[in-house]
Amino acid sequence: MMKGLKKWRLFSLLAVLTVFLAGCGQEELSTLLPAGQVGKDQFKLLMLASGIMLFVILVVVAIYVVALIRFRRSKLGEDFIPEQVEGSHKLELVWTIIPIILIIILAVPTVYYTYKLGDVKAMEEVTDDGKAKHLVVDVTAKLYWWEFEYPELGIVTAQELVVPTKEKIYFNLKAADVKHSFWIPAIGGKMDTNVENLNKFYLTFDKESEGLKDGVFYGKCAELCGPSHSLMDFKVKTLPRDEFNAWAKNMKATEDGNNVANAAGEEVFKQSCIGCHATSGAGEGGTQGPNLASFGDRNRVAGFLKHNEEDLKEWIKNPQKVKPGNTMPSFENQLSEQELDDLAEYLLGLSVEQ
Amino acid sequence: MSSVAQKRGFGAALWDWMTTVDHKKIGILYLIGGGFFFVVGGIEAMIIRLQLLKPNNDLVSAGLFNDLITMHGTTMIFLAAMPILFGFMNYIMPLQIGARDVAFPFINSLGFWMFFLGGVFLNVSWFFGQVPDAGWTSYASLSLASPGHGIDFYAIGLQIAGGGTLMGGINFLVTIINMRAPGMTYMRMPLFTWTTFVASAMILFAFPPLTVGLFFLTFDRMFDANFFDHQMGGNTIIWEHIFWIFGHPEVYILILPAFGIFSEIFSIFSRKRLFGYPAMVFATVLIGFLGFMVWAHHMFTVGLGPTANAIFAVATMAIAVPTGVKIFNWLLTIWGGSISVTTPMLYALGFIPSFVMGGVTGVMQGAAPLDYQLHDSYFIVAHFHYVIVGGVVLAILAGVHLYWPKMFGTMLSETLGKITFVFFFVGFHCTFLIQHWLGFWGMPRRVWTYMDGQGWNTANMISSFGALLMAIGVIVLVINIIMTTVKNVRVGNDPWGDGRTLEWAIPSPPPFYNFTQTPLVRGLDTVWIEKQEGNATGLTFAEPVTDIHMPHGSIIPFFMSVGLFIAGFGAMFHQETSWGLPLLIFGLAWTFVAMAMRSLKDDLGYHVTKEEIQRDVNNASKGGQN
Repeated sequence: MMKGLKKWRLFSLLAVLTVFLAGCGQEELSTLLPAGQVGKDQFKLLMLASGIMLFVILVVVAIYVVALIRFRRSKLGEDFIPEQVEGSHKLELVWTIIPIILIIILAVPTVYYTYKLGDVKAMEEVTDDGKAKHLVVDVTAKLYWWEFEYPELGIVTAQELVVPTKEKIYFNLKAADVKHSFWIPAIGGKMDTNVENLNKFYLTFDKESEGLKDGVFYGKCAELCGPSHSLMDFKVKTLPRDEFNAWAKNMKATEDGNNVANAAGEEVFKQSCIGCHATSGAGEGGTQGPNLASFGDRNRVAGFLKHNEEDLKEWIKNPQKVKPGNTMPSFENQLSEQELDDLAEYLLGLSVEQ
Repeated sequence: MSSVAQKRGFGAALWDWMTTVDHKKIGILYLIGGGFFFVVGGIEAMIIRLQLLKPNNDLVSAGLFNDLITMHGTTMIFLAAMPILFGFMNYIMPLQIGARDVAFPFINSLGFWMFFLGGVFLNVSWFFGQVPDAGWTSYASLSLASPGHGIDFYAIGLQIAGGGTLMGGINFLVTIINMRAPGMTYMRMPLFTWTTFVASAMILFAFPPLTVGLFFLTFDRMFDANFFDHQMGGNTIIWEHIFWIFGHPEVYILILPAFGIFSEIFSIFSRKRLFGYPAMVFATVLIGFLGFMVWAHHMFTVGLGPTANAIFAVATMAIAVPTGVKIFNWLLTIWGGSISVTTPMLYALGFIPSFVMGGVTGVMQGAAPLDYQLHDSYFIVAHFHYVIVGGVVLAILAGVHLYWPKMFGTMLSETLGKITFVFFFVGFHCTFLIQHWLGFWGMPRRVWTYMDGQGWNTANMISSFGALLMAIGVIVLVINIIMTTVKNVRVGNDPWGDGRTLEWAIPSPPPFYNFTQTPLVRGLDTVWIEKQEGNATGLTFAEPVTDIHMPHGSIIPFFMSVGLFIAGFGAMFHQETSWGLPLLIFGLAWTFVAMAMRSLKDDLGYHVTKEEIQRDVNNASKGGQN
């Protein structure tokens, strides 16, 4: 009997939990399941604000419902003329002062977190041997892809941000063409990438992305930037510090050549693609197209397509159809089916993780 | 000149409407124009929701989707919500203060035609296949990069329409300051008049920045200027500031008249004086003032720095206080009243919880660090639709039902009205409530489509279904209007039975000169006071029957607006065609000639004689028997 009750309890608890979790969205991109300190701070503020606001709604609805039940004309009679009350100073004071108090309760943490999250002084800090203390990533948003440069490490990648967990990562944000906005919902709030100035902010990534559905966090462009705004996704891979170091070292090593999975494909690449795309992860950003040094390790083609040969070939053949308004030309009539196969195999073989 | 309306042919009727300077006819023109654009914007919304019904949908192309969201936003704000509210202001406000017309009837007409032709100019872009596509905010880097003439249509169309709005606002201000009936002190003005006054003052200060911004944009795009081109030393952030210095007051320009309409409704249908009238007036003025202090809360993620963000965050939260005062005063107005749930009251009662929800999510976004998450996500889409649909559109629908008998002398069906409400209200919450969560779940706004597997599918489907319900509600309203007009059952002065202000003491529709004699106002809710004291007409007059001085109609406002319309095309095409520049000069010259005609021709108006007025009064008392 007791056992049955316990089971029932457990079951109902699970049911409630399921509903609750369904309301929280998916771990890799929900602001309600924050996986970084910034997102957690913002979530705290969300809970506080929601609590205050629910209280306000409850008070309003309570007065409203009681008034509606008590003062219907159908109850009071057609001829009832209510007293023409002018108002009440006392009540006016009550509903001025209480909201002010509620707002102060919300305003104090708001100001605190505004300064806390806006503090990027540590970006300039250096260790004794003159190296930057914290990892700084330069993010450049372009029509419709993201470039991530690690100036201190001398490496550059695109579309998939790779960062170490459990430390503050600082970002320099700018846009190369039109305004975009850099947003990793599960990690923390967004910041715009403007065309004329550098924006700075920090994020912390508390959780390794390996256990997630796709093994990555989702990143979004949050500012309307043209036809393919909705397709301007990126992904974030978070690694423990030592794995990150290994990754960075491998990226740097691609300077001396990358994996070649298909030599014919490499030839095609050298003839058709190398003008815009680099396969070496070492060096600086600013290229016409995304850096492809770690293309094979990525989660998506073009930021949102499935990461397989078929979608890759489709993309190369007709980028405008897949992602309208981007700057990559079509290769449908320039490459034969064989060349495309070779190229795809070569590209998918570009890897720094194996 | 005979002023008595006669049955004439279609051409004569059309001429009459095109030349009218009567505030009531112009009010109706605003309602028709705004109603038309409301339907256009609604169709655009339906296509948007249809596209987002399921993941990876390709019902419309990515480019067309951006056209749709841009035109939906621009149309609904500038060409639907504001003109419809202008319609009510135009029709009702002069009646509420006991005036015979607005202060500048000619400018009133000009304001309407500029709005209408500006709106047509904007929508002609669909026929050119080059539609504005940078969002209704038209942020500079994207709007400068946008190919084709889409953004040119936006800049010039809004410039023309915005000019009309500015004129309208000034006109209302002057009218309210100068033309109140004897005894109508400021603190006896009905709340709808007060909100019209404050909204007009906000228009006066908010629209010039828009005008300047649009000129900058026009010059950048069409005349090689570099105000926003950062490669030439310009700055795109300046556009954002200019736009929101206009844009934030704009939302209060929309919501304040809505508050005014609801204040009238709560009072009428609770048979009770508005609770805390002075506090309501003060709150209205305070909201109007604070509305100019918070624009940068639209720009928390732009990188203005923590100090600016903190200041604007706190300023934004402060607006919740006067808004809360209003909500509680409305609640206390119905508290202790005699609540009759008519269709307008149903909308007012639906408004309170809906608007409170929209208001509190606004405060949440005012908390800057939290806004970093919510900004440009579906949460903000949910928020501003909760305030604009849950506030402004519900007020518009309430106002249509409330004032329809006053404007057209027939009563909209209460049954159909309530059906409209149920569909619209349920559809509204169904569409937008779930969007708060879409925002929490990481869905950015203005996305053409979304990938499968992000947990957004069901929520989007629910949202699209709600949009369908709203559309059904609007269709029922249209059926209601048609049926009511065909049946044509006439109603008396005060069809709701509990009218409190001057407009309910004159015939429905009122004669073109409004009041046979200027009324004397003896307090707040003067008609109610008179009736309680046994004066069944609700009016005490301040003067004997005398000749009434009225303005002549004129076609010049229409021609002035047409000149600007033509000049707009000239400006747009002057770089690529040889006829562009001559057309620009021709259009402007046309307008200037029309202006000169207006200035040089003496038009002193005409008088309605005592005898004519007496005859109208006698006819009305005879007609009042049936």
